[in-house]
Amino acid sequence: MEWKESIPTRYAYGEELVALGYELPNLVVLEADISKSTQTYRFAKAFPERFFQMGVAESNMMMVAAGLATTGKIPFASTYAVFGTMRACEQVRTFIAHTHLNVKIACSHGGVTPGNDGVTHQATEDLGIMRTIPRMTVIVPADYHATRKLVRAAAYHMGPVYLRFTRDPVPVIYSAEEEFVIGKGKLLRSGDDVSLIAIGDMVAIALEAHEQLAGQGIRAEVIDIHTLKPIDRELIVRTARKTRRVVTLEDHQIHGGLGSAVAEVLGEECPTPMRRIGLRDTFAESGEYRLLLRKYGMDAAAVITAVMELMQ
Amino acid sequence: MPVSQETVEFLERQARVIRRRIIHMIYAAQSGHPGGSLSATDIVTALYFHFMRVDPGNPQWPQRDRFILSKGHACPVWYAALAERGFFPIDELVTLRQINGRLQGHPDMEKTPGVDISTGSLGHGLSAGVGMALGLKMDGYDARVYVVLGDGELNEGEIWEAAMAAAKFQLDNLIAFVDYNNLQLDGWCSDVMPIEPLRDKWRAFNWETFEIDGHSMRQIVDTVETALQVRGRPSVIIAHTIKGKGVSFMENQCDWHGRAPNKEEYERAMAELEDGPAVARPIPW
Repeated sequence: MEWKESIPTRYAYGEELVALGYELPNLVVLEADISKSTQTYRFAKAFPERFFQMGVAESNMMMVAAGLATTGKIPFASTYAVFGTMRACEQVRTFIAHTHLNVKIACSHGGVTPGNDGVTHQATEDLGIMRTIPRMTVIVPADYHATRKLVRAAAYHMGPVYLRFTRDPVPVIYSAEEEFVIGKGKLLRSGDDVSLIAIGDMVAIALEAHEQLAGQGIRAEVIDIHTLKPIDRELIVRTARKTRRVVTLEDHQIHGGLGSAVAEVLGEECPTPMRRIGLRDTFAESGEYRLLLRKYGMDAAAVITAVMELMQ
Repeated sequence: MPVSQETVEFLERQARVIRRRIIHMIYAAQSGHPGGSLSATDIVTALYFHFMRVDPGNPQWPQRDRFILSKGHACPVWYAALAERGFFPIDELVTLRQINGRLQGHPDMEKTPGVDISTGSLGHGLSAGVGMALGLKMDGYDARVYVVLGDGELNEGEIWEAAMAAAKFQLDNLIAFVDYNNLQLDGWCSDVMPIEPLRDKWRAFNWETFEIDGHSMRQIVDTVETALQVRGRPSVIIAHTIKGKGVSFMENQCDWHGRAPNKEEYERAMAELEDGPAVARPIPW
């Protein structure tokens, strides 16, 4: 499947922040010395008085964001997902989520999308960590347009939000007109044979698998769960009732993230045979993003194998 | 503005009231941290009963001064000060650490009126203070942020990340205290993890530094007055204190970091705090 265009979703974050900066005078941005990478440099240029360069000190940055939020600001604290969710995990859990402060933890380099950087920079446990924290909203947009809309939605959402973006380019699958609502998944393709429930950059992989399955006469339903928490239970149960087979796709460990969340919903409401696509309790390595997906069983071919197992 | 002797004496009396409240609520809860509460009492009393512009009837008043107890386990002193200032009924103090109560074991900004930010796990309060100080400056408010740090929590790296940041942003609306009672949970600071030379460390981070006797109300108020005049940089007041100050058998005893008095100990402590100055002890530095 050929995609017309691929863009890192962090670019959309950087651009939307500037647009929001004009609308929301209390929106502030904190950065940990990687503004060119997270793309917050765009906001820094447009609104230098509302941009706080905190240096390579993510733990402090999260708490400063919390302090700013107590004075009525809307802080977006940006770094890489590994640092935002792991190095500063306790700060986020206890002083942003427990306190229900209006801080957005907006992180680039989700999953294996910083392919060449290797394991230190690949966040593959972040979604599981953030999902277990009460009061936290967890959003992983699938492409450029989804990111623009969901960053905007997060800015207007009261309370802590974790947002995860890609470092590497990922296919543009939505149009600029597409609308998104936090907590409402999107049905992208209808089918009766199997449900492909995906999140983030893996939505494009689900669409690729959908096309290949169609060539074999298998009609797959494709769902984008951009909000991992609160998850769209109703949509998940509806598709599982319809197809009776579910494959989840996530650029993350298969433990704790989307696969676990879907299994929890279906286990309670509609037990359904499942396969989970993602890292299988292993770390990845350096390498080109698409090659990593292939090597670690996260590409369309792996999805098709999983579907075939379920179809037997 | 020089602080009158009358004010200092009032604050000294008020500090004794706060100390009694601390012992009473920890005895009632049979749980809590008396040692570090008593060492910070004179500082907290000076702030809440002389310096801080707060409105108990409107705890969220945006232009209020902020207080952060970074050593959150010492919250009995904070709760006592808030109750005495009228943020909630004094009778409520005995609900400390009880289920369905508003006075959590460590400060909770959603539950307790007057608590500006939750604290309790160590090392985070100064960073939150940096954020508040930045926010208040953005809004053009002349409000101050006061942070009380423990000495043990200076072991945490994030404190020094915050110290760097506060100096970078020239936060002259931020005043930190180190409640330097020299005891942390496992023993003397100098044994557990030495923090000296402490004043040099803060100086090296470009802070205005002061070093005082943290139980001399006169020194506390005069030093805060001076720190309030500092421009272009944050101030730290290293306050030498005594863990358990005011109750003779709790003073300088690690064991009283986090345990509640029994009935006999409670009565002895209250008697000491009732009857005039506790036994004078040499300060260990």
